[in-house]
Amino acid sequence: MAAYVARRAGYYVALLLVAVCLSYTLAATALQPRAYFEARQPPPRPAAVDAQLTALGIDDRTPLYDRFGHWAAHAVRGDLGRTIDDTSVNDEFGRRVGVSLRLLLVGTLAGTVLGILAGAWTAVRQYRLSDRLVTVGSFLLLSTPVFLLAVLLKIGAIRLNQALGTDLIRFTGETTPGLRGGWWAHAKDRAVHLLLPSLSIGLITIATYSRYQRSTMLDVLGSDYLRTAQAKGLTRRKALLKHGLRTALIPMSTFFSYNFLAVFTGAIFTEAIFGWHGMGEWLVGSIGKDDVNSVVAVSSFAAVVVLFSGLVADVLHAALDPRIRHS
Amino acid sequence: MATAPEALLAEAASDDGLVARPPSRARVTLRRFLAHPTAVAGLAVVALLFVLAFAGPHLTRWSYSDIDYTALRSGPSARHWWGTNRIGQDVFAQTVRGLQKSLIIGLLVGVAATAGAATVGACAGYFGGWTDRLLTFVTDLLLIFPSFLVISVVSPRLKGGGWLVFALLLALFGWMITARVVRSMAISLREREFVRAARYMAVGPLRIIARHIVPNVASFLIIDATIAVGSAVMSETALSYFGFGVQPPDVSLGTLIADGTGAAITYPWMFFFAAGLLVVFVLAVNLVGDGLRDAIDPTSARRRPGRRRAR
Repeated sequence: MAAYVARRAGYYVALLLVAVCLSYTLAATALQPRAYFEARQPPPRPAAVDAQLTALGIDDRTPLYDRFGHWAAHAVRGDLGRTIDDTSVNDEFGRRVGVSLRLLLVGTLAGTVLGILAGAWTAVRQYRLSDRLVTVGSFLLLSTPVFLLAVLLKIGAIRLNQALGTDLIRFTGETTPGLRGGWWAHAKDRAVHLLLPSLSIGLITIATYSRYQRSTMLDVLGSDYLRTAQAKGLTRRKALLKHGLRTALIPMSTFFSYNFLAVFTGAIFTEAIFGWHGMGEWLVGSIGKDDVNSVVAVSSFAAVVVLFSGLVADVLHAALDPRIRHS
Repeated sequence: MATAPEALLAEAASDDGLVARPPSRARVTLRRFLAHPTAVAGLAVVALLFVLAFAGPHLTRWSYSDIDYTALRSGPSARHWWGTNRIGQDVFAQTVRGLQKSLIIGLLVGVAATAGAATVGACAGYFGGWTDRLLTFVTDLLLIFPSFLVISVVSPRLKGGGWLVFALLLALFGWMITARVVRSMAISLREREFVRAARYMAVGPLRIIARHIVPNVASFLIIDATIAVGSAVMSETALSYFGFGVQPPDVSLGTLIADGTGAAITYPWMFFFAAGLLVVFVLAVNLVGDGLRDAIDPTSARRRPGRRRAR
C-alpha cells in the first residue's frame, strides 16, 4: 500500500508542478498590472510605473521566462512575492488560509458524513416516504447553484431576523466587529457566523453524496454476500454496516476528490457572498486588480488542496478495497 | 429543441448497426421513459421554458434594453408583466432574454463537452499505452487547474460576441470527469469480440472508435449530456453573477440574479423570477436525465427491494 500511495503522490507532484507553471504563464500574460497602475488617479509618471512593476517582478517588458525564473527561485524558498499593493503575499496567504480551510473543512466533513448516512439510509428505506422526501429535497438542492443557495439563505436569515426583531443570525463576515464579552461570547459569535456559509456549502454536498451513495448502496443491497452475511448469523444492521456500507463506499472514494473541486469552487462564491476574507474572495479581488503574484498563489493553493484531497481519496480507496492494497 | 432527447435516442439506436438489437429499441426506451411521470413532467417543463425563451421576446413590446423612465421599480402590472428594475427596464423582457442566453450556452456547452469527453475518453481507452498516459495526464491537469481562474481572467476581456468564447471555455473545463468514465468503458470494450473481429479485418483504429466504441457508450453519453446542460447553466450563471461571464449590455440569468440580489427583499420581482426559472430549468433537466438513465440502462432501472439485479 505504501508503494501505491507513493506512486500516486509522485504523480500528483508532477501534476502540481505543471499546473503551477501554467497558472503563472496564464496570469502573467493575461493580467495587465501596468494598466492597473496607469488607471490610478492622479496618473503616475511612466517611469514610476516601470519602477514599481520592476520592483514587484511583474514588469511586462521583462521576458516571461525571466519573470517566471525570478518568481520560481523565490517560491521554492517559500517566498511567494509581493502583492500589487506592495504587501507580502505570504502574510496575506497566512491571514486568509485559515478562514478558507475552516469553511472547506466544516462544509466537506459535515457534508460527506451526513450525505453518506442519508444516502445509505434512504437506500435501505427505498420508496418509503422518508426516501421520497430526501430524494425530492436533494433534487431541489442539486438544481440550485451554490451562489443562489447562499443568497437565498441570506434572504431567509434577514426575514427571520426581521420577524423576530433581533439579530439572531448574523452572517456578514466572520465575526461581529467590536463585540464585547468573554471567550464564550466570541466563540458563539464565530459559530453563528459560520452557520450560513457552512450550510450553503454543506447542504449541496449532502445532496450530491446522498444521491450517489443511495445508488451504490442499492447495488450492494441486492448482493449475494450480504445475504450470506445475514445467513451466517449477523444481524441485518451489522451486515449492512460491516459488509454493505463498506463495499458501497469504494466507488465513493473516487468521487470524493472530484466533489472536493466543486466544494472549492463553491467556497469561492460563498466567501464572496458572505464577505469572508478567505482565499476565494482574494482570488476574485486580485483578478480584478490584475495582481499576478496573488492570483498565482491562490491557484497554486487550490491545486495543492485538490491534489491533497485526491491523495486522501486514493488512501481511502486502498484502505477500503483489498484488491488495491495487495496488488 | 424539446424533441432533442427522442431524436438522439433514435439516432443512437440506428447507429448501433453492428450489435444486433431489435429495431424497436428506441420505442422500448421511449415507452420506459414515458412510464416515468416525473421525467415526462421534466421534459414538458424544459420544452415550455424553451418556448418561453424564444417566443417570449416577441410577446412583449419591450426589448430587454428598453428603459421606461415613467416606471422605475414598479411592481408587476398589465404594462410591465413582471415589473421593472431600478432603471426602468422590463423584467419580463430581460428575464426571457437572459433565459434564452443561458439556455443556448447550456446546450452548447453540454453538447461540446460531451463530444470532447467521448473523443478523449475513447481514444485514451482504446489506444492505451502512451496515448492513454498522455491524455490522462491532460485530463487530470485540467481537473486540478482552477477553471474559475482561466474563465474569469479571459472572459471579461472579450469584447462583443464574447459569450461564444465564454461557452467554449466552459466546455473546455467541463469534459474531464465524463472522459474518465468513457475511458474505463472503452478499455473493457476494446477486448470485446466485435471490436477484435473488426481489428482483425484491418479496420482502422479511428473507424473502430467511431463505429464501435462510441456507439456502445452512447447511452451513457446521452444521459451525461443531459446532466451536463444543467450543470453548464449553473456554472454560467455563477460566473456571470460575479461579472466573469456574460458581459453587459447582454444579459443572462446570472447577471439578472446579480442585479436583483440587493433588491430581493424590497422588490422581490427583480430577483425571484430569474432565480426561480434557473432552479426550475436545472431541476427539470435533472429529472429528464434521471428518467433517461432508467429508460436507457435497464441495470439501473427501478429495483424493488428483494428483487435481485441480473448480472
